[in-house]
Amino acid sequence: MRLALREALLAFRRAPMLSALSVTTIAFSLFAFGLFGLVALNIRNALRNVEDRVEIRAFVADGTSAEATSAALGDIGAFPEAASVRLVTQGQALDRARRELGEFSDVFEEGILPASIEVRLKPGFRDPATVRAVAKRIEVYDFVDDIRFGEEWVEKLHRLRNIATLAGVALGLTFAIVAIIIIGSTIRMAVLARAREIAIMRLVGATNGFVRAPFLIEGFLKGTLGGGLALVLAWLALAVINRFVVQASFFDPWMGAVGVVAGACLGLAGSAMSVGRHLQKV
Amino acid sequence: MIRFSHVHKSFARTGVALEDVSFQVNKGEFVFITGPSGAGKSTILKLCFFEERPTKGEVKVYGLSSAAYRNVDVPKLRRRLGIVFQDFRLLEDRNVEANVAFALEVTGAPPSQVGPRVSRLLAQVGLGAKATALPRELSGGEQQRVAIARALANDPVVLVADEPTGNLDERATRGIFQLFRDINASGTAVLMATHDLDLVRRAGCRTIEINRGQMVFDSASDGGFRPSAPAEAMEDDE
Repeated sequence: MRLALREALLAFRRAPMLSALSVTTIAFSLFAFGLFGLVALNIRNALRNVEDRVEIRAFVADGTSAEATSAALGDIGAFPEAASVRLVTQGQALDRARRELGEFSDVFEEGILPASIEVRLKPGFRDPATVRAVAKRIEVYDFVDDIRFGEEWVEKLHRLRNIATLAGVALGLTFAIVAIIIIGSTIRMAVLARAREIAIMRLVGATNGFVRAPFLIEGFLKGTLGGGLALVLAWLALAVINRFVVQASFFDPWMGAVGVVAGACLGLAGSAMSVGRHLQKV
Repeated sequence: MIRFSHVHKSFARTGVALEDVSFQVNKGEFVFITGPSGAGKSTILKLCFFEERPTKGEVKVYGLSSAAYRNVDVPKLRRRLGIVFQDFRLLEDRNVEANVAFALEVTGAPPSQVGPRVSRLLAQVGLGAKATALPRELSGGEQQRVAIARALANDPVVLVADEPTGNLDERATRGIFQLFRDINASGTAVLMATHDLDLVRRAGCRTIEINRGQMVFDSASDGGFRPSAPAEAMEDDE
């Protein structure tokens, strides 16, 4: 193992240009994938913010007793889908309307807007079918005059989310496959550059495992370095975007770590495949 | 030690390389394989270190049969053989010492033993003073001596050499051949492919001639056989 590690490290020293090229290729492949990841992450965050606004509003008939609404609030709050339930009184509804409409605030008279129960749903329960089902369960209360949840808007949002997810998966897979092919080819080049050394190793009685070990370590190191470099590049790109284009989020630390580990795994897998194929041929 | 029994070898592109070749090399023997270029000499040597498999027949080397072996057996066999090529096959980016040490390290030799063993081997081939030189700084003869030192690293029972003097001038050829004789005198069998008939004639060792893939002459059975190995080492150990 010590010898394999020494050979792997020596490979960097003996062929610095090729090693730098491998690391850079891995880094840029993962960087492209990382940029796509950042876009996907920020689209997901934006959609989540919009989804947070999915809300069911049940208008309460005039003259409904406080006990009835309070009991209903308790019942609805116990729904597994409900994240929060609150009563908006006539006064609060009027204040809000005046606040939101600004210069037209004086068109509303006292008591013109009904009280309502506003229900927000937990993540995962914001699709049109669930929202509709919850609305139906609230509609059964006698005091509910009308119920609104922006059915058309919720459906559009849901469709957009599905399209974004599908596009994300398809593009992500494409980027990942392209990255794997590029990384595999780069490592194959490194293996071919050392074909003579491999042939000599085998002639003097090295086992396939012995031949393979330095390449696996080398691939792992290159992948890790490439992954780290890709993360730094993505961070720099985001800093530029944040400064000149739009405020966007970066990966969580664990997602960054996953990116580096993915680089290491790609390097390892690319090396294993390349050297394995080479050993089968010779 | 080495036994070829009715060996045939064909390649998909070039066709028949060997046809019904049978011979045996005993412990401590020195055997030349001669013949024109393309006769099949190198194919015989490749079959010896299991770089190739026979299409028909059986090759048996140091107990390992081509008819029944696993891939994991091949490295073990190669550690018992020393292999030398015309083009030396040294690692250009490592010095002489590292090239020889490499052969010991890949077999898992303890690090403490590698240094002293390499020094002894380099002294044996007359390169004690050039341990830190890179291959490109050496003459052809010296490079071949490094390759021989590497081949001897694991105390081989047979030294297999494919045209080891093919790239050398006459003086270097004599030096390398003398080295092979010394190695053989210490009990290691030598199987050397060459088309240098002067060398073969002068050496007076057993000679097998190959022509167009067929064995056309073996001095051991066709007369003119003069054993080159010590008499007590002539028995077959298989």
